[in-house]
Amino acid sequence: MEISNLDLKIWRGDANGGELVSYRVPVREGMVVLDAVLWVQANMAADLAVRWNCKAAKCGSCSAEIDGFPRLMCKTPIADYGGELSVGPMKAFAVIKDLVTDVSWNYQVNKEIPPFTPSEKDLTSSEPWRMHQKDVERVMEFRKCIECFLCQDVCHVLRAHDLKGVFQGPRFMVRIASLEMHPKDVLDRRPLLKGKAGIGYCNVTKCCTEVCPEHIHITDNAIIPLKERMDDEYFDPVRSLLRRLGGSARKPSA
Amino acid sequence: MGTYETIETEVLILGAGGAGLRAAVAAAEAGARVLVVCKSLLGKAHTVMAEGGVAAAMHNVAYQDSWEVHFADTMKGGKLINDWQMAEIHAKESPDRVLELERWGAVFDRTWQGRIHQRPFGAHTYPRLAHVGDRTGLELIRTLQDRAVHQGGVEVHMEVTVFKLLKAEGRVAGALAYRRADGSLILYRCGALVLASGGAGKMYRVTSNSWESTGDGTALAYDAGAQLRDMEMVQFHPTGMVWPAGVRGILVTEGVRGEGGVLRNKEGERFMERYDRDRMELSSRDVVARAINSEVLAGRGTPHGGAFLDITHRKPDFIKSKLPSMYEQFLKLANVDITKQPMEVAPTIHYAMGGVRVDAETGASTVPGLYAAGEVASGLHGANRLGGNSLSDLLVFGKRAGEAAAAAAKNNPNAAGARLDEGEIDHAIADVMAPLDRPSGENPFKVQAEIQDVMTAHAPIVRDGPGLQAGLEKILELEERADQCGTGGSGTLAFNPGWHTSQDLRSMLVNAEALLRSAIERKESRGAHARSDFPRTDDQLTEVNYIVEKSLQVMHVKAERRPAMPDYLAQAVQHSYTRYTPEETE
Repeated sequence: MEISNLDLKIWRGDANGGELVSYRVPVREGMVVLDAVLWVQANMAADLAVRWNCKAAKCGSCSAEIDGFPRLMCKTPIADYGGELSVGPMKAFAVIKDLVTDVSWNYQVNKEIPPFTPSEKDLTSSEPWRMHQKDVERVMEFRKCIECFLCQDVCHVLRAHDLKGVFQGPRFMVRIASLEMHPKDVLDRRPLLKGKAGIGYCNVTKCCTEVCPEHIHITDNAIIPLKERMDDEYFDPVRSLLRRLGGSARKPSA
Repeated sequence: MGTYETIETEVLILGAGGAGLRAAVAAAEAGARVLVVCKSLLGKAHTVMAEGGVAAAMHNVAYQDSWEVHFADTMKGGKLINDWQMAEIHAKESPDRVLELERWGAVFDRTWQGRIHQRPFGAHTYPRLAHVGDRTGLELIRTLQDRAVHQGGVEVHMEVTVFKLLKAEGRVAGALAYRRADGSLILYRCGALVLASGGAGKMYRVTSNSWESTGDGTALAYDAGAQLRDMEMVQFHPTGMVWPAGVRGILVTEGVRGEGGVLRNKEGERFMERYDRDRMELSSRDVVARAINSEVLAGRGTPHGGAFLDITHRKPDFIKSKLPSMYEQFLKLANVDITKQPMEVAPTIHYAMGGVRVDAETGASTVPGLYAAGEVASGLHGANRLGGNSLSDLLVFGKRAGEAAAAAAKNNPNAAGARLDEGEIDHAIADVMAPLDRPSGENPFKVQAEIQDVMTAHAPIVRDGPGLQAGLEKILELEERADQCGTGGSGTLAFNPGWHTSQDLRSMLVNAEALLRSAIERKESRGAHARSDFPRTDDQLTEVNYIVEKSLQVMHVKAERRPAMPDYLAQAVQHSYTRYTPEETE
């Protein structure tokens, strides 16, 4: 369908409130929502606040809600819509201005997750490491994450219930999975998952998987396997007994 | 005058891409307190756009590879005007820098023996690029980001733009900046400063670069009295997307050609045969970009003015596993399934080989206390950069600059109390605030678009003297207009991109002027610098670099001779290396 003009409604405002403002944007072939927003910025509203960088779905900066659905603006063709659409900021985070939200909490959470920790033997070995493709492919899926935080935005634990203090959100379940399943990592992050990370709060509705622009199977490949590990550690009666007798073989995280 | 908050650190780093983060890790390891300032959020820097891989002679795939061959490839690719000392250090140290990333958690694709896999790339004699599918840059930045934030001693200020470097007694001792969110001002005091701010691709219309790449580092260094080098050398990446219009310029990784992709014109001819019969699609980027340009000019271009890049002869599963983000990008943005249809590609501005003149071993600029690493620095790549050499560049020289800056800061313990010039500070603040008080001033986005038009028209892939001269005159006029522009409307300090752009214009204009002036001086064709009025390479200029500096508030360009290479390096360049024939098949 060819349209020549787009009625683009952009949420304008700040922490004190705001509203959708309509802009009439001339449409070019192959235009994505970010193009239309930047056209408005260059031609109609120079103070329109928006984050973007690569314009190629590789940096995860231009996250927004398009007709209420969390998406990357650079990856959303306006041809997918009729002659009108609305763009608003991510709702799970406090607005700074217009489409820009305060995502600093995510950076705080990342600091709380103990980093990659290889064994002393691997660390001091002078030989380059050997790992096999099939063993690393599992974590490669998680390492595709571009930190757009759309999964955090859609997660009802964070969005509807604002439980940021007790659940770190899907992005960081993926992060923890990428460390836990790294063939050379020896740290046990299950105490973290049970405690601060709050994996129990996730009730696997898979909304995060649905919005992931990198198509990471967040729920199936990261969260559920992590939950299973938790069950092994904390709810398996045999292990529980062994633990009481001799302690876990893996080094627990702080 | 405007009020500002004063923040003190030992090493201040501008930029949080690969070079800035690697410098931060190195400086912190050396015991310095480090503060990283970046224009965007952490982890979004342009390094994420690097797709193909990181070049390092680890000889995991081709046992014949060695630092000498990597050195020779880099020098030949740069048409021999490279700083040979940098090229030697780079070739020798990049394998260690890659292996170190792995120990910090990076996960590269593997060979069947479990070593880091290396893919072939343009003008690299042997398969040399360690990679992760086609998202190597993301892997690198995420690894460094996690290393830096968990290391201790590194603080990061996100969404802060530096607009002035400050000196005390001839050495850099601080910087002035504004927070993008609310326009509040910061005065940073530091013992040493590392520029790692990337390139200036945004001065062209069709570019793979983001809004950030406005050449701030080169402009700040120039303004502080540092010398710039090789500013005429900007790289057109041969393969950017051309269609649809909205995505024009977005990068198509050289990995497509590395994995076997071929280029054809509209007549179906594999035209690289006529430009570089030996290396074909894997010739150096300057050659491939000019070849596509020539085909289009000769009327053999594709419907949207480019060439076809075809990888459909590979199996769909192979394409999806080796080039997943390319597959996704074309499917989503152009409605093209690259496992079944060819891509349409054309050259796009990608990288600045020129930049701040640095010391090979330390990254020190010509101004005491000021260091530079990565794209903002110059020397390693000469007249043309090989694919994969930028990621290794920022690891090798990011580390060196970070270490040198930490040592300089330790030797300068009284930096926090250095006497800064209050008048200069007041003047710089008044300057940065001025557009906010010009409600009827010109829209900075309009001036930016005009800069892009001028550079696209006057400093294109093939240049000529009169065109460059005319372009220079237009850029000088735009400098005057930029000085008088407003914010394009609102005078708010709160996250105001119009105001931010009015600042970026100054950086872009310094870069544009330096490019044009240097290009006018280099009266020959070499690497990325092709002139229709001087189509030959002048052997007399092989030892010459053009240096830009400010003298009495005016930009000057001078030619400078480099010392000759020592014999062992010259021999490495002249040696004829055996060609690689793949033993591995997938």
